[in-house]
Amino acid sequence: MISRLRRTMLYAPGNNAGMVRDVHIYGSDSIMFDLEDSVSVHEKDSARFLVYQTLRTMDYGRKETVVRVNGLDTPYGLEDFNAIVRAKPDIIRLPKTETPEDVMEADRLITGIEEEIGMEVGTIKMFAAIESALGILNAYPIAKASKRLVGIAIGAEDYVTDLKTTRSKEGVELLMARSQIVVAARAAGISAIDTVFSDVDDEEGLIRETALVKQLGFDGKSVINPRQIDPVHKIFTPGSKEIHNALNVIEAIKEAEAKGSGVISLNGKMIDKPIVDRAKRVLDLAVVARAYNPESGEVLC
Amino acid sequence: MDIVKTGIAGTLESSDLMVTIKESGEDGIHLELKSTVQQQFGEEIKEVALAVLRQYGVKRCKVSIEDKGALDCTVIARVRTAVSRACGNVKYNWEVGR
Repeated sequence: MISRLRRTMLYAPGNNAGMVRDVHIYGSDSIMFDLEDSVSVHEKDSARFLVYQTLRTMDYGRKETVVRVNGLDTPYGLEDFNAIVRAKPDIIRLPKTETPEDVMEADRLITGIEEEIGMEVGTIKMFAAIESALGILNAYPIAKASKRLVGIAIGAEDYVTDLKTTRSKEGVELLMARSQIVVAARAAGISAIDTVFSDVDDEEGLIRETALVKQLGFDGKSVINPRQIDPVHKIFTPGSKEIHNALNVIEAIKEAEAKGSGVISLNGKMIDKPIVDRAKRVLDLAVVARAYNPESGEVLC
Repeated sequence: MDIVKTGIAGTLESSDLMVTIKESGEDGIHLELKSTVQQQFGEEIKEVALAVLRQYGVKRCKVSIEDKGALDCTVIARVRTAVSRACGNVKYNWEVGR
C-alpha cells in the first residue's frame, strides 16, 4: 500500500526567508529546503541558521519536509548534519552520492546524533541524489546502502557535465541514467524522483518530459517553481479513465476468482496477475491523491 | 562573548531583515530598529533580538535592525548569524526540538 505521494518535491533556497516561509503553501507533496547549490559559500552559515530555526518553529502538518545538506566532503556538511538532525525534518537529502559508503557514512553520522540527543534511531530518513557517471553505475548498491533511504533521485546538470555532454529538450543523454535510477529504486523498494526541469516558462517541455519520466517508472519530479506543480501532479495522478479501467480490472478478476480461474478476458484483453497488480497500484495512488474514494466508490477527478 | 568585528546578516527582501552588530565602547546593548511593522511588533522584535544576544552572553554592542516583516524565527536566525559572525564564527550549540 502506498503511504505517501512524492509527485513533486519543491525546492526553496535555504537563505531566502520568504521562500522558506511560504514553500509549503503551494501544494507540492514534499518541500525541500536547500543548503547546497542554491546557497553561496558566503551564506552557508546564514542558510543553516534560517532553515534550522524555521523547521523548529513552523508546523508543516503532514507535508513531507526535506533538507538538502552539503556533502560531507565540503567544509559545511558536518555542521549541516549537526544542526538539521536536531531540527528534525522528515528527510535529509544527500547531494552527489557516488558510492554506498557515502550513504553509510551519513547514516552513521545521523545515528550518532540521534543517540546523543535521545531521538529514536532511524527517525530521520534519507534521500540520495545521484549526479555522476560513477553514481549511476552504483545506483543499486547506493539504493540498498541504508534502511533510512526512502528514495534516490537523479541530478541531471552535474550528471551531463560529468558525461561531457549537455542537456537537450529530448533528454536522450539522460535515458540510460533515468532507467538505471528507476530499476535500482524498484529493486530496492524505494522511490525514484526525476531531476528538475529548469526552463520554468516552457510548460509544454515540462509536460513532455514529465510524461516521459512517468512512463519510465518514476514516482515524481523535483520542481523549482510553484507553477510547475500542477502540470506534474496531473501527469502523476491517475485520471478518471485510468481509475475506471482499474476498477473494471479488479471487478473482472473478482468474477474470475469466483469462478475458480486466475485469468479472464476484459474487452478482448487477457487480464492476469501483473495487470491486476498495476490496477491495484493505480487505485492506491488514486486513493492517496484523493482522486478516488474507496468507501463510496466515487471517482473525484 | 565579545564582539570582535562587524557582523552583518540577512537581506532587505520582504519577510527578511538585515542585522548589523558592531563593537561598542560603552557598556550595554544599544539597539536601533526600523520595521515595516514597527507600530504593532516593534517591541516584540527587539525582545526577540535581545534574547538571542543574551543567549550568546553579549554585554556590549551596537545593533541595528532593518526589518521587512520577518517572522520571529527569521529574526532569531538572522541575529544568531550576525552575532556569530561578529564574534568570529563561534561554534553554535545546536538545540533539540522546538
